[in-house]
Amino acid sequence: MTEKENKAVVTRFLIAAVLVGVVGAMACAVGAQEVRPDSGDQCIVCHRAEDYLPEGYGEDDVHLAAGLTCAGCHGGDPTSSDEETAMSEEAGFVGAPVKEEIPGFCGRCHSDIDFMRQYRPRIATDQLSQYRTSIHGKRLEAGDSKVADCTSCHTAHHILPAGDTRSSVHPLNVPATCDHCHGDPEYMKEYGIPTTQYDNYAAGVHGVALLEKQDTGSPACNDCHGNHGAMPPGITSIRQVCGNCHVNNMQYFVASKMGEAFAKEELHGCEECHGNHRIEKTHDDMIGIGEEAVCMDCHAEGEKGYEAARSIHDQLVSLVSAYDEAEAKRDEVERIGMDDVEIGFLMQESHQSLIQARTLVHTFDPARVGPKTEEGVAKAQEALQLAKEQIEEFGVRQRGFGMATVFITILVVALFFKIRHLDGK
Amino acid sequence: MIKGIYRWLDDRFHITPLIEFMRHKYVPVHRHTIWYYMGGVALFLFIVQVITGILLVLYYQPDEASAYESVRFITTKVSFGWLIRSVHSWSANLMVLFVFVHMFSTFFTRAFRRPRELTWVTGFVLLTLALGFGFTGYLLPWNELAYFATKVGTDITGAVPLIGKPLKILLRGGEDVTGATLSRFYAIHIALLPAIFAALLFLHLLFVQRQGMHEPEYLQRLPAERKTLIPFFPNFLLRDTLLWLMVFNVLLFLAVFFPWELGVEADPFASAPEGIKPEWYFMFMFQTLKLIPGHVLFIEGEVLGILAFGVAGVAWMLVPFWERRTRPDGRTRPVTVIGVMAIIYMMIMTIWGYLV
Repeated sequence: MTEKENKAVVTRFLIAAVLVGVVGAMACAVGAQEVRPDSGDQCIVCHRAEDYLPEGYGEDDVHLAAGLTCAGCHGGDPTSSDEETAMSEEAGFVGAPVKEEIPGFCGRCHSDIDFMRQYRPRIATDQLSQYRTSIHGKRLEAGDSKVADCTSCHTAHHILPAGDTRSSVHPLNVPATCDHCHGDPEYMKEYGIPTTQYDNYAAGVHGVALLEKQDTGSPACNDCHGNHGAMPPGITSIRQVCGNCHVNNMQYFVASKMGEAFAKEELHGCEECHGNHRIEKTHDDMIGIGEEAVCMDCHAEGEKGYEAARSIHDQLVSLVSAYDEAEAKRDEVERIGMDDVEIGFLMQESHQSLIQARTLVHTFDPARVGPKTEEGVAKAQEALQLAKEQIEEFGVRQRGFGMATVFITILVVALFFKIRHLDGK
Repeated sequence: MIKGIYRWLDDRFHITPLIEFMRHKYVPVHRHTIWYYMGGVALFLFIVQVITGILLVLYYQPDEASAYESVRFITTKVSFGWLIRSVHSWSANLMVLFVFVHMFSTFFTRAFRRPRELTWVTGFVLLTLALGFGFTGYLLPWNELAYFATKVGTDITGAVPLIGKPLKILLRGGEDVTGATLSRFYAIHIALLPAIFAALLFLHLLFVQRQGMHEPEYLQRLPAERKTLIPFFPNFLLRDTLLWLMVFNVLLFLAVFFPWELGVEADPFASAPEGIKPEWYFMFMFQTLKLIPGHVLFIEGEVLGILAFGVAGVAWMLVPFWERRTRPDGRTRPVTVIGVMAIIYMMIMTIWGYLV
């Protein structure tokens, strides 16, 4: 082996050794992360030994799981077992923040995208600025220490991601979290706002969907009020808030004469007819001139609106009765075991027209609702006709069976006599 | 002219001796004669199955994507398709019922004894083939209940010791119930089983014709002049025809007033619906397997159940070879007790299966 070749071998050996070392160190680091997240933190070791862990402390806290120690927020030296050294000013110990400091305290990291993107590149970092614009934030700044800060909703030492069903800010838990303060009459007394929102919400269509049916597509408090920038929706924004989900209803309403009039009168768009927290399931009698019709809250006989309400109600009722009649016939077809597949498709189309007509109600224009209800009525009548044909066909089958039975019976009787005749021989 | 055709055929195929054979074949008339007709009814229902089955094949498509739709097409668009499909389904069930009745009547009248051992054995195999027809045909509409029932059924096959697993794979055409299962069930249902069934049925009928109807013991002891006999042709055959016509009328009644449901199309990715039940004739076995504990001593409960049914089935098939003649003291014979217990067991388990 030449000297040049020797050098090459040594170089390769050194590179290999360095690589093995790096990979080994990485493996150790990864291995270390798999150990209980709080086991290497001297703060926790001592506080646990002293039975002095903060209230609500949870090992699966999102920060702890990401490798952030107590010192990440409170400062100090988490490697020292000496209390004096670990919690000294020299070590940067800041202790527990007072309430007014909490938003800024969390915002040190959460408003810094350069820091946050290490953990979650897509995370929003505007929570603090939003909070400052909220009622909570403004009041806190003005010295009201009763309002919510970050920890009121997220907790302090057992913070879980909002997607975790155990989290206090998971959609299913948000109403209860808000209700913790907003449902307490004693706590809220000085603010002069109702404390029945949770009960109203829970009894309304959205609350039932979210809390009973666990349908997270249904809005919780923060979907209408905002979360960090929580604020009651204003007159101008309320229809936009509802329109986030009920897009067509909102667009029809905004473009309608009623929308214009509401804006002029400074009325609360959707809320005027549907309420706010306790939003009842809608029904066709909400429109029209009957006792349950919300139109009659403003309109009186002789007005254009009165006539429009009556026409739209009549249009909806005509479709609903045509649909119900066809549905009853379809049930009959199903009961006798005849083919109801085509009828089912037509019924679906008719029902689709009904849904669209009910949405078009928000145009408050009978000329727009009418064609849609007529379309639905036509489909329902087509289905009804098909159902009648099937029932008629069943009758044909029964008659056919009757005729076959007569024929077979004649044959049986003839055979019977033939057999008797043969046996008699 | 008819006579001319007859003569022409007779010259070539010697039909006259056959007719003479049938004319001189007599059927005894006694208080158990009614049971002679059960096999005939089962035969009639098999013929109905063949005819309606051929008509269904004209439109049925044995493919995962189109099987369900093709059955729906048959029942909604094809002229009289609803009738053919319903008659096929009802007739299948009635056929199994009458085969069971036929088997038990043969059992209790001890018609399986010498010299009819092979008639009994072929009959028993025909019964198992009829069950095979039911099992494979049930899947063909590719609806939800059938899909999951087949899954459960083939899973049970998989629990058979030694050959279970490969048999399950062979039946399913893979690990799971898929379109491959459907196409092989179709092939088994319309080609394999009919071929074997037809051959065995031919043998079974040939044996019956050669050996004549079995006479109960008390009749055998009577002198010839005290026995009532009727000619097989045409007297007995006309009685058969009369009964067949009545059964056909019942079939039409069921098809018109209780059309066979199609159900919801199978979705292999959906979770199994509640209350999956096999066809009624498998229910007693299914319920038994459900009741056996997971483990009995050192053996798996399901395996034990399958083995027990296997042994019982083979013993039942071989009954002509181990059953002993009448006890001289006239007491009830063990084989009758076994038969009665088998019926009671099957009925209780079936009813239990439907109630739970």
